[in-house]
Amino acid sequence: MKSKKAKEEAMEAAQTMRSGAQCVIDGLVEAGCEVLFGYPGGAVLDIFNHLYDAPLHFVLTRHEQGAVHMADGYARATGRCGWCLATSGPGATNTVTGLATAYMDGIPLVCITGQVPLHLIGNDAFQEADVIGITRPVTKHNFLVRDADELPEIIAKAYYIATTGKPGPVVIDIPKNVQKQKTAKRAPKQVAMRAYHPDVTADPAEIEKLAELINRSARPLLYVGGGAINGDASEELTALARKANIPVTTTLMAMGVFPEDDPLSLRMLGMHGSVAANYAVDHCDLLISVGARFDDRVTGKISSFATRATIAHIDIDRSSIGKSVRADLGVHGYVKPVLAALLPLVQEAKHEEWLEQVNRWKDRFPFTYSQKGKEIMPQYVIEQIYEVSKGRAVIVTDVGQHQMWATQYYRYTKPRHFLSSGGLGTMGFGLPAAIGAQLGRPDELVVCITGDGGVQMNFQELVVAVERRLPVVVVIVNNGFLGMVRQWQELFYGHRYSGVMLGQEGRRPNEHVEMQANYLPDFVKLAEAHGACARRVTRPTEVAGALKEAFESRKTWVIECIVSPEANVFPMIPPGAHVAEMINRTV
Amino acid sequence: MKNIINCLVENQPGVLARIVGLISGRGYNIETLNVGPTADPTVSKMTIVVPGDAHVIAQVTHQLSKQVDVIEVVNMTNRRHLNRELILVRVAVKDHHSRVEVVDLASLFMARVVAVQEDSVTIQMVGNQETVADFLRLLKPYDIIDISRSGVIAVGREVVEHEGAK
Repeated sequence: MKSKKAKEEAMEAAQTMRSGAQCVIDGLVEAGCEVLFGYPGGAVLDIFNHLYDAPLHFVLTRHEQGAVHMADGYARATGRCGWCLATSGPGATNTVTGLATAYMDGIPLVCITGQVPLHLIGNDAFQEADVIGITRPVTKHNFLVRDADELPEIIAKAYYIATTGKPGPVVIDIPKNVQKQKTAKRAPKQVAMRAYHPDVTADPAEIEKLAELINRSARPLLYVGGGAINGDASEELTALARKANIPVTTTLMAMGVFPEDDPLSLRMLGMHGSVAANYAVDHCDLLISVGARFDDRVTGKISSFATRATIAHIDIDRSSIGKSVRADLGVHGYVKPVLAALLPLVQEAKHEEWLEQVNRWKDRFPFTYSQKGKEIMPQYVIEQIYEVSKGRAVIVTDVGQHQMWATQYYRYTKPRHFLSSGGLGTMGFGLPAAIGAQLGRPDELVVCITGDGGVQMNFQELVVAVERRLPVVVVIVNNGFLGMVRQWQELFYGHRYSGVMLGQEGRRPNEHVEMQANYLPDFVKLAEAHGACARRVTRPTEVAGALKEAFESRKTWVIECIVSPEANVFPMIPPGAHVAEMINRTV
Repeated sequence: MKNIINCLVENQPGVLARIVGLISGRGYNIETLNVGPTADPTVSKMTIVVPGDAHVIAQVTHQLSKQVDVIEVVNMTNRRHLNRELILVRVAVKDHHSRVEVVDLASLFMARVVAVQEDSVTIQMVGNQETVADFLRLLKPYDIIDISRSGVIAVGREVVEHEGAK
């Protein structure tokens, strides 16, 4: 009897032998992957062969960087893991910027790369690159698969690592021969890793201490970062802030985690944050950091940051606590359960005097700008996006001035409605990330706010949106400059504009070109060539109408707004400076 | 201050590169690094000597602990431990007199002369961090031709329950 059973099992095993490539596809499906972004090549042919009839959507991007940013945008918009696939060598190296972007912001994604066959590794084979070595510092973890037997478990582990603890990107590098190799191995039901334990429970004593600090504080301030969005802690945070009347400021990564139309909201802090938020940091007696990491764009000069405050830091990443700024109290744990445990321990409070002071700052120093002639002011474009979308859009940005204006002149009231490359500051992120976000949340209005610099870095991905009839609306805030760099050159380098002019007029002699057109490319033609609807807007009165048409059409749109060329982002705390050195010229 | 950090890691290819890359990528120095197998063939032990103040060491420890391949991190400096380093040092000796001096010095440190040439002696010395430093300081007036150091290894003197940062 027994031997018969063993025989049957052996036969069944033989029938269920799978190739490594099949294991990859099965692993993706088992992990719940619905959309895979990628680009084929010689070293992933076997995987693509099995992708042919796999039960998941495959999105062929036009560049591997686009694939990673799309997976990233998808992950940011949905909270689920993003998945992408690239070939060996150049395919894999093209993913590096996208991986670094996701790594800095703690975004869960798994990137599968092909590799040359094991026996050729180290031989300078065609399309070989040491992907494990190259991606090591920009991933949470990476795996080189040496045997197909390991593959099912590695895929399960990669997903587990990417999505737990502080999330992050994980690379699985799979040599071509391993993709072909057969295996009977299955993924374990549960991933167990000896050296990785993301199931951290915060110390109740620390939570009690924090509650005590809050109850004793006269001028508390919640400083909230991306961890509160990753950790889905918006509700708990809001309840805590309202119960004890604690004003809230968020980082770029946490826009909308606390409603910005709430009277307790001080909006964003840091270099281009609100005056009220930065003054509050300077004056508070207790700074409660919730899943934020005291980035230098937030703190400015460390030695004069929040000098009057006791600093408490809640974070799932132990290494983040006390890394750049002293933490008087560290609470190591997931922000959601920590805040939930904190709530009953915190007493209701009014903090009338403190809130009065904070409100005076808010009233006195709102975000403002002045109209220049008949030009479209870039800030006005953002205000109009807010008005016309009724504040309900998912905003995805590139990096630079428009990104900062998008934080200042739009009000975010829900998490996952502002997606931006915060830590790495990756130009070219916006458009592909918006496409990923729209695929993840097909019913939402997704607006990509970008600049004429950033949009050109991955413009080719527009095709993906058009092909899939995605109603992404791309608003190009075109000032003819690489605006943020120009702003720094204006303020800190004596107006010496070097390498920042996208228009052809007025360049330095060593950048001079014989004028063909004042500005290239023609974004309207370019967008139309990609199959998108497009329009150029040059007068303020046209902005709202153009947006309305685009938003209502549910088609892929590119709206180019020609804006005032030398508008600056204010307020601005110069890099490494104290809040008192803030520049706030609204003229 | 120098800190001796013991790090138990998965015995996997690439782990050494990961640890070294992590420390150098974040701008910390490694003074010595030693890697070897443990009683468990799936686990390797690294002993890393890192100079730095308490803040730097805390960061190094937390960053190491965060790695997916790192099983346990223990800062040996904070607890009762033994540490040893093996050095091989070749010293030039001009004449009989200087040879006697060098050999004499070695014997004071219970170091052994392991090779003798007409114009040099090679000494093998084992000691803890302080002793090795003292020996090398006293050798300084002589002409050191070559020196190889194993890097510090360390072992705890007592069993501590739930040790490590993980």
